[in-house]
Amino acid sequence: MEAGTAAAPAYVRRESALRRAWDWLREHAVNIFAALVIAYLLIPIAIIILFSFNDPAGKYNFTWVGFTFDHWKTVFSIPELNSALLTSLRLAALATLISTLIGTFMALALVRFEFFGRRTTNFLIVIPMATPEIVMGASLLSFFLILGTPTLGFSTLLIAHVMFCISFVVVVVRSRLIGFDRSLEEAAQDLGANALQTFWRVTFPLIFPGVLAAALLAFALSIDDFVVSNFNSGTTVTFPLYIFGAAQRGIPVEVNAVATILFSVTLIAMGFTVLQQRRAERMAAVRPQQEGADVMGTAPVPPAPGGAGG
Amino acid sequence: MATVRRRLTPYLLLFPGAFWLIVFFVVPMYYMARLSLDSGTLETGFQFTWQWSNYGDALSLYKDPFIRAFEYAGAATVIALLIGYPLAYAIAFRGGRWKNAMLFAVIAPFFTTYLIRTIAWETILSDQSPVTSVLETVGLAPAGHVLATAGAVIAGITYNFLPFMVLPIYASLERIDPRLIEAGKDLYASSRATFVRVTLPLSAPGVIAGTLLTFIPAAGDYVNAFFLGGTNNKMIGNVIQGLYLTNRDYPAAAALSFVLMAVIMLIVFIYIRFAGSESLMGEEAVAR
Repeated sequence: MEAGTAAAPAYVRRESALRRAWDWLREHAVNIFAALVIAYLLIPIAIIILFSFNDPAGKYNFTWVGFTFDHWKTVFSIPELNSALLTSLRLAALATLISTLIGTFMALALVRFEFFGRRTTNFLIVIPMATPEIVMGASLLSFFLILGTPTLGFSTLLIAHVMFCISFVVVVVRSRLIGFDRSLEEAAQDLGANALQTFWRVTFPLIFPGVLAAALLAFALSIDDFVVSNFNSGTTVTFPLYIFGAAQRGIPVEVNAVATILFSVTLIAMGFTVLQQRRAERMAAVRPQQEGADVMGTAPVPPAPGGAGG
Repeated sequence: MATVRRRLTPYLLLFPGAFWLIVFFVVPMYYMARLSLDSGTLETGFQFTWQWSNYGDALSLYKDPFIRAFEYAGAATVIALLIGYPLAYAIAFRGGRWKNAMLFAVIAPFFTTYLIRTIAWETILSDQSPVTSVLETVGLAPAGHVLATAGAVIAGITYNFLPFMVLPIYASLERIDPRLIEAGKDLYASSRATFVRVTLPLSAPGVIAGTLLTFIPAAGDYVNAFFLGGTNNKMIGNVIQGLYLTNRDYPAAAALSFVLMAVIMLIVFIYIRFAGSESLMGEEAVAR
């Protein structure tokens, strides 16, 4: 106890260190928690990629056995998987094309025009997004069953996929149109462009990133859809339906490899969209006096004297 | 002439999309309602006979999976809110230069197939996995099993719909004027008081949108219960899928789908009334 006077400052120092640690923890608690939640979100993806290199003992790819590239070498050697993938790609491409086209039209009508029935239309667009997929799938199946036509298969899948993609396309394109600077269009018309020229040379390039984002979303929704497809596929097999069917008898490791490829491709596609969006933002920042510069490609209007006649 | 054309333009633009949604979304609902009142079997064929008893029969037979679906969906929604809100908060206010990377991590699960994601959880929670042994040590997995329990199904649902919770909350937090939070601090409110009195109320629209976007698909889900649950964890979605696609008892299946939709709508309606949402219409835009 004779060291009491010397111990006191050490004690104080230790307390303050503890206190600092505690303060640091309190300050960063939210960040630490967020990092844990992000780990929770990413771990299954890591598992999917990791298990594409697994060398499972039996037919079930659930426990880690050993590292191998074998299943990457044979990734496209299962005929049923290949045809399911091709069906999914074809379906998603068509559904994206149709839903993006008619969804963009709807978004243009909703943002650009005042008309009778707007509220009802908005409601019609929101409701499918608020309906559980199983109800959409079941009601469409009931519809096809009672009508007896068309036969369940690719055509009914296409009808269903376009149906659930439309709303998302409208929402994405609409959000893009709302922030649109209409003086750019007026400038084009002042400079003698007609309505069609204005649309294709000014409006479309500006909303293109939004349309592209909507198309990507539609593609992702379609290629990943299981529930609605499960109800309306008949004997047609898409990629998710193939996985569901294979799950009972053991999913081949190649499925994980395909999933890894799809993941990487989506990543690249998203990177591309982000770049497009940045480009459009730069373009929208161009003021009318710079119009006719190379941002529009070939100059749509006679370049102003002294302008950058690109 | 020009004004007539101008007045017709929106309708022409709307026509293809509205036609598609009416014919392939609204009209099928009517057909499902009609099918739910049919009588007969697959062998004898189905006739429309206003068979209201389909509803009572199906509900009394499948009461348990029906209630279970709402319990699981409710539990998953609450957990997703509890872990999703801090994440959204961290992205909005603490992200700094990591913000975009964090947002990317939230949507990254969407880049892999829904079914494969769920099957990845089957791997993570399988009996031999390290996660299961940790949970067993902690006492959360009594017999060394996690799969085929309610917990596994709820964990799967929470995982699969968590981004739908985080993104709307993030969007509403992001929109808050930082000067309002500063004002709270200038007026000597503690950071906790500022959060409770300023930040939390202003993020309410995001919370409402997020809980709805999680709860609605969760209540109708059958993929998680199929892969992660056992025979005692069947949700109403599993029953509807089985009745439609395996047993082909269409009237009962249609009746159950109809009740599922009606109950979800009722809950949503009461919830919005109770929570006093100002604009649900714009919120779902940020969902994906």
